[in-house]
Amino acid sequence: MDFTLSKKHEMARTLFRDFAQNEVKPLAQDVDETETFPRETVDKMAKLGFLGIPIPKEYGGQGCDPLTYTMCVEELSKVCGTTGVIVSAHTSLCCDPIQTYGTEEQKQKYLVPLAKGEKLGAFGLTEPGAGTDAQGQQTKAVLDGDEWVLNGSKCFITNGKEADIYIVIAITGMVEKRGRMTKEISAFIVEKGTPGFTFGTKEKKMGIRGSSTYELIFTDCRIPKENLLGAKGKGFGIAMHTLDGGRIGIAAQALGLAEGALETTIEYVKERKQFGRAIGAFQNTQFQLADMATRVEAAKLLVYKAAMAKATQKTYSVEAAQAKLYAAEVAMEVTTKAVQLHGGYGYIREYDVERMMRDAKITEIYEGTSEVQRMVISGSLLK
Amino acid sequence: MKIVVCVKQVPDTKGGVKFNPDGTLDRGAMLTIMNPDDKAGLEAALRLKDQYGAEVTVLTMGLPKAEDVLREAMAMGADNGILVTDRVLGGADTWATSTTLAGAIRNLEYDLIITGRQAIDGDTAQVGPQISEHLGIPVISYAQDIKVEGDSVIVERQYEDRYHVVKAKMPCLVTALAELNEPRYMTPGGIFDSLEKEITVWGRANLVDVDDSNLGLAGSPTKIAKASDKVRKGTGEKVTLDPEEAVSYLMNKLTEKHVI
Repeated sequence: MDFTLSKKHEMARTLFRDFAQNEVKPLAQDVDETETFPRETVDKMAKLGFLGIPIPKEYGGQGCDPLTYTMCVEELSKVCGTTGVIVSAHTSLCCDPIQTYGTEEQKQKYLVPLAKGEKLGAFGLTEPGAGTDAQGQQTKAVLDGDEWVLNGSKCFITNGKEADIYIVIAITGMVEKRGRMTKEISAFIVEKGTPGFTFGTKEKKMGIRGSSTYELIFTDCRIPKENLLGAKGKGFGIAMHTLDGGRIGIAAQALGLAEGALETTIEYVKERKQFGRAIGAFQNTQFQLADMATRVEAAKLLVYKAAMAKATQKTYSVEAAQAKLYAAEVAMEVTTKAVQLHGGYGYIREYDVERMMRDAKITEIYEGTSEVQRMVISGSLLK
Repeated sequence: MKIVVCVKQVPDTKGGVKFNPDGTLDRGAMLTIMNPDDKAGLEAALRLKDQYGAEVTVLTMGLPKAEDVLREAMAMGADNGILVTDRVLGGADTWATSTTLAGAIRNLEYDLIITGRQAIDGDTAQVGPQISEHLGIPVISYAQDIKVEGDSVIVERQYEDRYHVVKAKMPCLVTALAELNEPRYMTPGGIFDSLEKEITVWGRANLVDVDDSNLGLAGSPTKIAKASDKVRKGTGEKVTLDPEEAVSYLMNKLTEKHVI
């Protein structure tokens, strides 16, 4: 077992770190404070291929692997949780299902511009009444001639109003399963600008405040018949598989936030003086940092392992769930400790750790709460 | 059009400097980057490639780990990388370096050679012009803008308070300033591709028309008597006085320290 990164991954990390430090970090505080979607940064990332890292070159991507993409989200999130999740939602939740389940026509029409960064992607599964209980979908799609007619709404959608292409999960009928009637769920590709597709209000969030989080509303929204993604009735499986990949992205975001908070705190405790010496000289500080660093390292191993599993294994649900569960909880713990070690300054919005702590909280909630991850993991143990 | 860009792996000034006992830099022990002026030269070449479809070859002389700057250049978009590395070439000053690089370039077809103005570790600004001298081609140094028109290159040559527009027939050599442009980032796909490509590795035997007496430490007219890291200055002294008192305080201090 070799834990050293390959040359290409080392070089990729250098690239992502340089970009994050030079282009993303200077804007992070303002993006948060003004709740502004960092469009300029997204355009720069598109130009550099950051929006198609694991997508094959023949579909406009960079032809790299899931680990490279994971490191990109990690390095961006070290300095800005908002920018990290923009890349994660676009890549894992929109590009990936089209790459995995799309027809050749769908890939050419949608995956190519997404991977090139000409278009931004989003994914709509969650509804007001269907969060963790994803089966509780209400949005319906009815086939009418050559078109599907969508009615319903999706909430808390990342990249909401800024995206161009959306994966939308909807009920297409009722089917009998083991003697019971259950909802038949399918997946669709919906383009922004389709008549009947509008946006609700923008959510005001605790963290990742520059991320565009909106409700998607479908009112007799007619999309072409060929925009069904995968087979009719396979939508739930597509959504779950998509979330497996998405969880690796969010785990990487959580890891980045924890690393960013740790790095910032190490610098701070060297500078901050109390009782005549740097607070880093106190054993309490040293022990806190040691615990933070150890947990961050453990999270990193789980996240990278999940990314490697996505590259080499057919299923990686458990690896993704473990990585997300652990990294998210580490992010929350480490950012909270970082604020504590900053003392009063940690509570002031001028200091990055304050934002990082707010950003970290969502990683325990979206793309499956920590409780859902525990269900996935324990389900695999007890089956 | 064929462009050769000479790049140098230099110490990353953020990482501290280490020396060998003979006073030369211990390059193996330091964090390194691509020299900023060279990176601007590379970017200029890549822009000409974008515009005219040029073939860009990056050339470096150094330790085997100098391969890293070639990979970086190729991940940015350069087509080929050549590493000149050989024990007999170690410890070279500007004369021996330019002799070596010219000896390597004689193997290549080129219309334009671009080097950085100077490297941040030596700051001599001699290697580029010396290469042109060895090869017998014109040089335009301190380029703040490079354009190609037909078989000529048009360069804005920077001075302190003005610039000259100089036109030269290719082949010629141009030395680039860091402020020439904002070098592009690598791309993730470019990184993966660069590691699939072969780097050409040359040694002394591959150098054309060079004399051993002009190579390496032995062939370097420059002898380093002593080198040391930058000595940190003290924190200084801050005083708040009214102007009249301040002047006499300052004069006293300068007299005390025999400055005046």
